[in-house]
This record gives sequence, C-alpha cells and structure tokens, in this order.
Amino acid sequence: MTHYEKQSSKELRAGMGEGLVEAGRKNENVVALSADVKGSVKMDGFAKEFLERFIQCGIAEANMVGIAAGLSLCGKVPFIGGFAEFVTGRVYDQIRQVVCYSNKNVKICGSHAGISLGEDGATHQTMEDIALMKVLPNMTVLVPADFNQAKAATLAAAEHVGPVYLRLGRSKMPCFLPEGEKFEIGKAQLLSEGTDVTLFACGHLVWEALQAAEMLEKVGISCEVICPQDRRRRHLRGAPLQRRPRRQRGPDPRPPLPHSDGVRRCRR
Amino acid sequence: MKTTAELQQIATQVRRDILRMTTNAKSGHPGGSLGTADWFVAMNFNLMDFDPKNFTMSGEGEDMLFVSQGHITPVIYSTMARRGYFPVSELNTFRKFGTRLQGHPSTEHGLPGIRMASGSLGQGMSVGVGAALGKKMTGDKHLVYTMHGDGELEEGQIWEAAMFAGAKHVDNLIATVDYNNQQIDATVDEVMTLGDLKAKFESFLWKVVVIDNGNDMQQVLDGMAKAKQMSGQGSPVCVLLKTKMGFGVDFMQDTNKYHGSVLSADDLPKALAQLPETLGDF
Repeated sequence: MTHYEKQSSKELRAGMGEGLVEAGRKNENVVALSADVKGSVKMDGFAKEFLERFIQCGIAEANMVGIAAGLSLCGKVPFIGGFAEFVTGRVYDQIRQVVCYSNKNVKICGSHAGISLGEDGATHQTMEDIALMKVLPNMTVLVPADFNQAKAATLAAAEHVGPVYLRLGRSKMPCFLPEGEKFEIGKAQLLSEGTDVTLFACGHLVWEALQAAEMLEKVGISCEVICPQDRRRRHLRGAPLQRRPRRQRGPDPRPPLPHSDGVRRCRR
Repeated sequence: MKTTAELQQIATQVRRDILRMTTNAKSGHPGGSLGTADWFVAMNFNLMDFDPKNFTMSGEGEDMLFVSQGHITPVIYSTMARRGYFPVSELNTFRKFGTRLQGHPSTEHGLPGIRMASGSLGQGMSVGVGAALGKKMTGDKHLVYTMHGDGELEEGQIWEAAMFAGAKHVDNLIATVDYNNQQIDATVDEVMTLGDLKAKFESFLWKVVVIDNGNDMQQVLDGMAKAKQMSGQGSPVCVLLKTKMGFGVDFMQDTNKYHGSVLSADDLPKALAQLPETLGDF
C-alpha cells in the first residue's frame, strides 16, 4: 500500500494550460484554438504568449474542428479547447470524419467534463465523452488524475502524432502525483499494490480510489490501484500485471434455484 | 496548359468515365459529377498549381482542393486519374471491395490526391479555412480551393466557416458552389430556397464571382481566373458556378433523378452515344 499526500488543490484544466504554454515554447508548430472559452479552458496563457498562434473561433465548435484538421495538414499541431460536451458530443461527426477517420494530428482538450460541472446542470455534465471518443479509429484518450499529470499529459499529447482527446475537469482536485514526471501514453500506472481487490480509476476518481484503498486497508482488505491511460494498450510500469490465483470457494450454501437440476450455473 | 478545345475533349472523356464507373459499380452519383466535370477538368489541368506525381499530404508549395460534397467521387477520381495521380485502369475498381476508390473519399488507403475524408456534408469549407490559415502561417503563397453543392449550403457548419473566413480575412481561399438548384428530394428552391445567394456571401464579407454557364469551358476558365485575381485582397472569394445536373446526356440533364442513381447496362450505350470517346476508355 502506497500512501499519497495531498500537496495542494489545483484545477486539472490549469495543468493543461501550463502544459500548452510549455509545449508552445518547445514546438513553434503548436497552435491553439478556442470557441470563445479561452479563459475557462485555461488557454489564455498560451494566447497571451503566442498571440499569432492562437485562433479565436467564436461559438462555432464544428468549424473549429474542421479548421484544426486543415491546419494539421500544414504541419501545425492544433489544440482545440472547449467544454468537454461541446468539443466531443456536439461535434462527434466532425471529429469522426476529418480528425479520426482522416487520422489528423489534432488534440482535443475537453474541460469541465463529467459531473465536475455540477452546478451548471445536466446539459453541461457530459458522461458520454470517454465512450464516444474511445470508439473512434486512431484516437488516443487521456484522462489525467491531477494537475501535474494533466500538464505532463498535455506535453505528451503534443509529441504524440495522431488524434488525442484530453479529458479535464473543472474543479480543484488534490494534487498528489510528482511534478515533472513524464507521461507515457499507453502505459497504465500501478499507483498502489495490493492482493485482494483491484481498483481501476481515471481522472478525478483516482484520488478517490486511493482514499478507498486506504480505508479498506484498515479493515484488512488489500487493494491494488491502477490508473489506465489509453484504451488500446494496458501495460504496467515495471513488471507486467500478475494474475493472482482465485480464492478457493466452499460449497454454495444457498438452496438450488427452483426447477433446476441442482447445479448452480448463474445467479445474482 | 491545355487549350479550351483540349479541355473540352478531356471533359467529354471524363463524362464517359463517370457513366461507365457508376454503371459498372451499380451505384454512385453521376448527376452532380456530370454537371461539374468542366470545372474539375479546368481546375486540374489549367488553373491549379500542383504536381500529381509528387503528391504530399501537406500540399506545401502547391494549391490544394477540398471537395466538400464527397459523393461526387466519379468526377473527382476520373479527373485525378486523367491528370496522372494514379493509373486510369484503377477506375475499374470504383466502389468495389478493397478499392482505394471508395464511394466517398477516404485517406486510409493512401490514394494520392485525397487529403481529407468527406461525405458527411458541410465540413469542407472549415477544412479549407484551416489549410488556408496554415498556408498563411507557413508563408506559402498558394491558394486553397473548396467545392460545395448548393444543397449542401443547408448545413449550418458552412455558415460558421463562411462567417469565420470573412471576419478573419482568409483571402487565400476560393470556395466554389455547384449552383445547379438540385438536391435529392427536389429542387433546392423547393427544399430550402437559398434566396439571394450572392448577397448572402457578400454579407458574410466575401467577394463573389458568378459564372452564368458552368458547363461552358471558356466561361469556367475566365470566371476562375477572375476569382484568382480577386484573392489576396483581404476577403475570401466565392464562385457561384451555375451548372446543369447531368449535363452532357440529354435525358439525364436538369433532373435530380440521377443524383444518386445510375444508368442501367441497357441505358448506358444510349448515353455514351452522346459522348464520343476522346482519350480512350479505362
């Protein structure tokens, strides 16, 4: 069991914003586009430092996706920013056709994802975005767990060639992962080792999973906590995931199902 | 550079290709393809600057074209093949299993000349705007062209892109509208009239060129040359290309019947009889 300390509370979207500025300094082809929410999605730092590389698209997300795809043809690395629902669900067909199906180097930064936008109500609480994005061809889905990882994931997205969806929340969340740690796309992180139960979590829920693991540890249940990154390959840092032998069960104490032959096949 | 007469000959052969490809595949969109054949031939052979033998996805140092109404692949593929992007014999594979010539353009098979998938309508102008901005950022003086159906203008994204291009002075973009007043269900006027389309684009801060007969090769050449001259002056340029859907075959013309349906094997010879073979069939 690894114990994680909450170092501070920060917004993951701000981690993306810092990472984007750093990516912009490293690579002059990085450009940013926003649909009238550059402050909300923390692209204002990039816009201030690289004014000529920031494109204000107005409230027109579909057009923004197409512009990004066109820019990518010319060697640019466009990051588009918006509320997660409006840069995924609203423009699913555009992403499918000109980003994923055409395999263009476009990075989609969806902020305010999930129920982290609680106060704004259901229209803004996208619960479907990961599912929508992960079924698209060529798409890599990254769901960082804290500010530091969001920044590292942004830098990794800038270096990765191909479509990326970077999912970010709005609210301040505990910052618990080390600063400056390289983000490796396609590698799951084994955050805590355990022998009884495995908890898989991504995004804001990683911290919650670690808290749950600590609580369960106190009652004698040993939890492993894994943070997967990208759907396609599930490797673990260091040793590959070891399968534990199944616990031996005794005979089923419950009576057989009615009209059954006495053999328990499936019941809930 | 080809003479107008040579371009007309190529366009006739392209029309033969369109009909033979679609009847061979038993599906496809011959109507809009026939109507825009003259424009595609003029663009590919005389007006656009590019090298079909050295295709690059980036289009650096050359003009780029994005066809937004991806369903007119018969004319796209035929002109590309006739221009030298790939062997003319490959037109035989149109819409067949495993082909690079899918019913709507796609990039995953690496067909030279195709930079973006299209088919879901209304997206090509946005892509063209992005490529035009990219060319400005990289100092490439070449132009970006887009092609749209008039029915396609019913898609809202077109007007998002048009608003952006006008407001942001994307003056290295020339968007052509195939203005034939036909779409699948009925005429465009019946489905959703466009009103004064020239005034619409002008109100979006575009300059507009009208080509009254988009099936007259000389008018196409002159109109597009004028559009090129008007580029680079602070505004995107729209070309309203008035064509006849199905042009070239009398019984296919001025109807939406052949928008998405093809000639039977029995009717094909009757149509081909009106279009003499000029360059050799595939």
